[in-house]
Amino acid sequence: MRKLFLPLLALLLVTSPAALRAEDFQVAVAANFTSPATEIAAAFERETGDRPVLSFGSTGNFKTQIENGAPFAAFLSADAKTPGELEESGLAVPGTRFTYARGALVLWSATPGYVDGKGEVLRKGGFRFLAVANPDLAPYGFAGREVLERLGLLPGLESKIVTGNNITDTFQAVKTGNAELGFIAWSQVCKDGKLTEGSAYMVPADLYGPILQDAVLLKPGEGSGPARAFLEYVRDSPAAREIILSYGYELPAR
Amino acid sequence: MPLSPADAGALLLSLKLGLVATSLTLLLGTPLSWWLARGEGAFRQAVGAVATMPIVLPPTVLGFYLLVLLGPRGPAGQIFAHLGFRLLPFTFWGLVVASVISSLPFVVQPLRNAFEALGPRPLEAAATLGATPLHAFLTVVLPRARPAFLTAAVMAFAHALGEFGVVLMIGGNIPDVTRVLSLQIYVYVEMGRYGSAHALSALLVAIAVVSMILVQLWNPRGRRLGPAPRRHL
Repeated sequence: MRKLFLPLLALLLVTSPAALRAEDFQVAVAANFTSPATEIAAAFERETGDRPVLSFGSTGNFKTQIENGAPFAAFLSADAKTPGELEESGLAVPGTRFTYARGALVLWSATPGYVDGKGEVLRKGGFRFLAVANPDLAPYGFAGREVLERLGLLPGLESKIVTGNNITDTFQAVKTGNAELGFIAWSQVCKDGKLTEGSAYMVPADLYGPILQDAVLLKPGEGSGPARAFLEYVRDSPAAREIILSYGYELPAR
Repeated sequence: MPLSPADAGALLLSLKLGLVATSLTLLLGTPLSWWLARGEGAFRQAVGAVATMPIVLPPTVLGFYLLVLLGPRGPAGQIFAHLGFRLLPFTFWGLVVASVISSLPFVVQPLRNAFEALGPRPLEAAATLGATPLHAFLTVVLPRARPAFLTAAVMAFAHALGEFGVVLMIGGNIPDVTRVLSLQIYVYVEMGRYGSAHALSALLVAIAVVSMILVQLWNPRGRRLGPAPRRHL
């Protein structure tokens, strides 16, 4: 072991990760947008030759990291609030913020036929747990509670709500059957515009405030042409817009 | 199972982080454990308590403290910038610092126990035979505490490999730079690609199980402080 250790260490030290190329730039992407962002970045790289290097994480974490000197050139957030705050505190480039996607909320169960097309199951009850993401941390959680409130069902169901830390945790609680149903993002169970599994109720958009996901250019990317071009690509290119739609997001009105 | 280039990169990065962090943690943890084991007193107790803090603190909280401390506005970060060094957050060496701190308790606990169990007598004997303290440490203490060192090394290595919250916070999940295996799994889960997540998780579990088996083999029950190797017989 001791004989092996030093050569191994030396080997690992010389095989340093490939340095980022000059035209590469780093983009922070909200975890819920991981799949579409990966596809959009690949399409952008094919067309321009510039490579967006994507980091995925929670919006709250990214905010803390950006405030502490993270090298991200652009940020695709899961909400509209955080990019606005970054703009106000001078960490984002003013006037570069825009909404790139609107989230759609669904009431979903992994069991086929469990959730009816009108959401009557919420009134009927008969389930032990309803999963809703933490309203303080996740916009979809906030929207889910809003729906229950507007339907007048929140007081009756409060004791049955299990709170996921984020929308992925919430999805997993329902997917594994630990909660019979839950409010999740349409993008989590949508493939090419169709429901992939289980049963779902598409919550009408007038029952909750819009779930807006904003993007913004950050200070480290101010002088980066490719970073600006990437944000434009996300907003305007037909390719990006098609990818966003195919993952179950809606596009902001233009 | 063929690994994708991204997976292989994450694995290599994790192994590199594990080796570098384990070496540095042992280097730092050995004198600290020795000092903690050699006496009493309020100050020593306090330092011992601080050294176990990383077990108690939630990883994201520890990561947050490190990020603020090492960032451009943090005291450590400002010293760094003053000396002309690159700031540590969002770099490989940032991960190393975070891993060393969060792995320290897993090194200090077994070493301190071993040093305490050893007692002062073997060193006194070595001293009467004319050994310098350093010489005595290297030739008497190190061989006697070998099982504890192995435990410490494997625990630190396994912990550095599995660590998630701290490295996510301090590293920023940047591909090829700070996206280690545990973060790659997180990315797959967020994408809903559970098959890939399962495969990498299985790899991580396999590494952990093999590590633990190695500890058991080298460190049989009741031989925490094994007899000195009889090299000279």
